[in-house]
Amino acid sequence: MRRLVWRAARLVETRDETGTARTLVFHVPGWPGHLPGQHVDVRLTADDGYSTQRSYSLAAPADGDRIELTVERVPDGEVSPYLTEVLRPGDEVELRGPVGGWFVWRPGGTAPVLLVAGGSGIVPLMAMVRARRREGSTAPFRLLYAVRDPARRYYEAELGRPDPGLGVSYLYTRTSPDGWARPPGRITLDDLAAGGWPAKLEPDCYVCGPTGFVEAAADLLLALGHEPGRVRTERFGPTGG
Amino acid sequence: MNDDYLDGNALAGPLREIFAVDVTAAVGHCAGCGLTGPVASLRVYGPAPGLVARCPGCEDVVLRLVRGPGEVWLDLRGTVSLRIPVAEAPPA
Repeated sequence: MRRLVWRAARLVETRDETGTARTLVFHVPGWPGHLPGQHVDVRLTADDGYSTQRSYSLAAPADGDRIELTVERVPDGEVSPYLTEVLRPGDEVELRGPVGGWFVWRPGGTAPVLLVAGGSGIVPLMAMVRARRREGSTAPFRLLYAVRDPARRYYEAELGRPDPGLGVSYLYTRTSPDGWARPPGRITLDDLAAGGWPAKLEPDCYVCGPTGFVEAAADLLLALGHEPGRVRTERFGPTGG
Repeated sequence: MNDDYLDGNALAGPLREIFAVDVTAAVGHCAGCGLTGPVASLRVYGPAPGLVARCPGCEDVVLRLVRGPGEVWLDLRGTVSLRIPVAEAPPA
């Protein structure tokens, strides 16, 4: 492995995913490539030398020296409002990575995969969905995506397009679309039983979201008989931003 | 302890600054209760004044990491061992 160094990353493009989340496409000369699920540290330094950093998951496979992050704006956050509201194409930040070797999916895998996302926890899981498509993987994927209300869905159009071997279901925790059969509420055993894979198929499970969501979903997966070693989790903090 | 924590995935950047390989995928052995599991599954509190990683089983402190100017303090007294995956060099 190479030494981890801070690199200059120039913003080349942005896409708004929701009213509060924006995808940032950066050009990072010399980017070494990454696995879906890995993240980067982003560092901002003020004119007076004050510096602060945050971790963000990579949202897509690398396209040469171009990488994508999706950042949720945290009210009163220190970094995310700058990244989502102030930073313009042509501006630079410092970035290091990729880091993380545990919460990753390796595109050569053939085991069924269950992705369970809570809110902005979709980001590293979307990188897995996109890597699967790009590599032409035949590993069957199911995605359960829990969001507060329909307007909070990231990547809505892309996840709505046919992607053979990928099943997508949404869970709404506060407000459902009109006519939606499932009443709004937290993720349940039935949700995971209906939208996931039976434990006997030995799927690799990836759960990402806020800490409380991850704890709940991981406990439910174990209750359904999934092996603890096949349930990988990543928690997004309540703090930070 | 409260539930205001992250997990060991958040240690990936700080640990890669000092180690040549990814340590979050390593299997740690807790000195408090003997639980073994990936460093990524530890409960991590921080970031100020440093990162404190606790065992998800017994909540003992397994690892502490403090980044200061020009140096990193790493306290591993709560860890019996770390089993670290490494890539084998291809035969010459």
